[in-house]
Amino acid sequence: MTAVAAARPHRRKWSFRAAALRAGLYVAMVVTLICILAPFLWLVISSISSQADLITIPLQWIPPHPSLSRLAALTFGSTTDSSALGFRAALGNSLVVVGSTTVIAMVTGTVAAYAFARLHFWGSNRLVYVFLATYMLPPIALILPVYEFLSSIGLLDTRIALIAVYSGFVTPFVVWLMRGYFEGISSDLDDAARVDGCSRLGALWRVILPVSLPGLFSTAVLAFLLCWDEFFYALILTQTSASQTLPVAINDFIGRHSTDFGMLAAGGLIAALPPVIIAFVCQRYIVSGLTAGSVKG
Amino acid sequence: MQLFAGRRLRPTLRLPKGEKWLAGAMIAPAAFVIFFVAAVPLVGVLWMSLYHHVLTNPNNQPFVGLGNYTNQLGNPDFWAAVQRSVVFTVASTGIELVLRWILRGLVILPWALPGVSNALMWRWIDQAQYGALNAALTQTGLTDSYINWLGDPHIAMFMVVIADVYKNTPLVALLILAALQTVPKEPIEAARVDGAGSFQIFRYITLSWIKPVILIALVLRTMDAFKVFDTIWIMTKGGPANSTQTIAIYAYQTAYNTYNFGGGAALGYLIALLIAVLAAIYIRLLRGGPAK
Repeated sequence: MTAVAAARPHRRKWSFRAAALRAGLYVAMVVTLICILAPFLWLVISSISSQADLITIPLQWIPPHPSLSRLAALTFGSTTDSSALGFRAALGNSLVVVGSTTVIAMVTGTVAAYAFARLHFWGSNRLVYVFLATYMLPPIALILPVYEFLSSIGLLDTRIALIAVYSGFVTPFVVWLMRGYFEGISSDLDDAARVDGCSRLGALWRVILPVSLPGLFSTAVLAFLLCWDEFFYALILTQTSASQTLPVAINDFIGRHSTDFGMLAAGGLIAALPPVIIAFVCQRYIVSGLTAGSVKG
Repeated sequence: MQLFAGRRLRPTLRLPKGEKWLAGAMIAPAAFVIFFVAAVPLVGVLWMSLYHHVLTNPNNQPFVGLGNYTNQLGNPDFWAAVQRSVVFTVASTGIELVLRWILRGLVILPWALPGVSNALMWRWIDQAQYGALNAALTQTGLTDSYINWLGDPHIAMFMVVIADVYKNTPLVALLILAALQTVPKEPIEAARVDGAGSFQIFRYITLSWIKPVILIALVLRTMDAFKVFDTIWIMTKGGPANSTQTIAIYAYQTAYNTYNFGGGAALGYLIALLIAVLAAIYIRLLRGGPAK
């Protein structure tokens, strides 16, 4: 209580205007929350409603016969349905591709970011913006040569190809974010480590990385989300369940089960669950990473 | 660094004798008050707790040692009360924390949704026969017939925009919120003293402070919007009647539907040039921005 009172030295008298403003703010907040929550909630409800309930008119908002059978079929339950099995393969592919890409990009990107932050050489500042620009390039402008090259060396429809292409745009993203973190850490720390006999890389590994753990973590989370979301490259570079990732599998689903609304909703929900759970658990890191990465130069 | 600085700044206290007495005299009144308000009662309550002391029976107050303590610790009412205190504390602080956590998480929920999931969700909500949007609008009486949201060339673009707005508003909101939290208090106080109204303060101080961030968000989102593919591809594939065929969709279809790779490449290059211009603006904003 005392802390609150101290934080607000000019506590003004109760006034009708202030109260009305406050009430208006709360109403606006509730309306916003409903707008945010309602569509997602409907996706969740649809994924557990029976097909019959979904196509009754007028619409049933609360499903009379909820069941988790679809979600189970698409993940861990037993199923023989071929498209459900394809979806599961895609889930596996997504995890492998996104996991590998995140690790590769974090290692190469962090090392490069340290160099950009500490070892200034002629043009290094310009080069980092070139890196940033490559991250911003539209995939549509790069895909055709990439496609022809991968096809000529027989790597179309493989997870390796996706990992390589994804690393190409996630690495500059990691460089950009981690350079920002490293520049926020005083170089006195490096100097102290060097005086104590560390090499440059030793200083990075023993001193700088341990103090930048929060930054590393939030960058890794954002890199993971960035890859998990990728659709365009995957749509063009994958054809079968040998390498298809979840977004492509969902696109196929739409083509094949265009009227099985519950199944589509279940697929969309499962693809959304990992990033949504990560967003809830790591919200603090995501918010700080996003704002630092976008508005700091 | 902090550590060394702190040590250097604090001199060892070695006062001359006269000042020691002065210090004692200056502290004495406060110590006196504290002694009688806190220390004496604290000893008194300990003393009292060792006696059988019931106000309705003032003449019989034998010393019982720790009897009162063992009595209370063996009393089920005491434990029930402890339990209720724990429940109250955990529930109130827990719910406050969890609610805060959930609200904050909800704000970034649409941003976290994969583009494909978001597009699929809106495709289903906008579905003509069984979609939730038509159901909600007719059940509340806002419209009296079903509308083919994604099948009508005049409406489809609008629906695609809504899906994109849903997903990307949280990012813009987060960036602007972060900027708002850095707005300095002093000029606002000064303006208020000078008689500025709330609107003027917002317009001339807050808004001009966060303007660079708004610009950055604007350029970032413009770049993303020019590149958008997944939302439109999943919802409409560029249709109906090419009404949602944006430039990325057009380039993709040129290359992969008609196998005109040369044409697709030229379109891709044009998009890249456009993005490069926007990226140059963005980078210029970052380098001259407030955060640097």
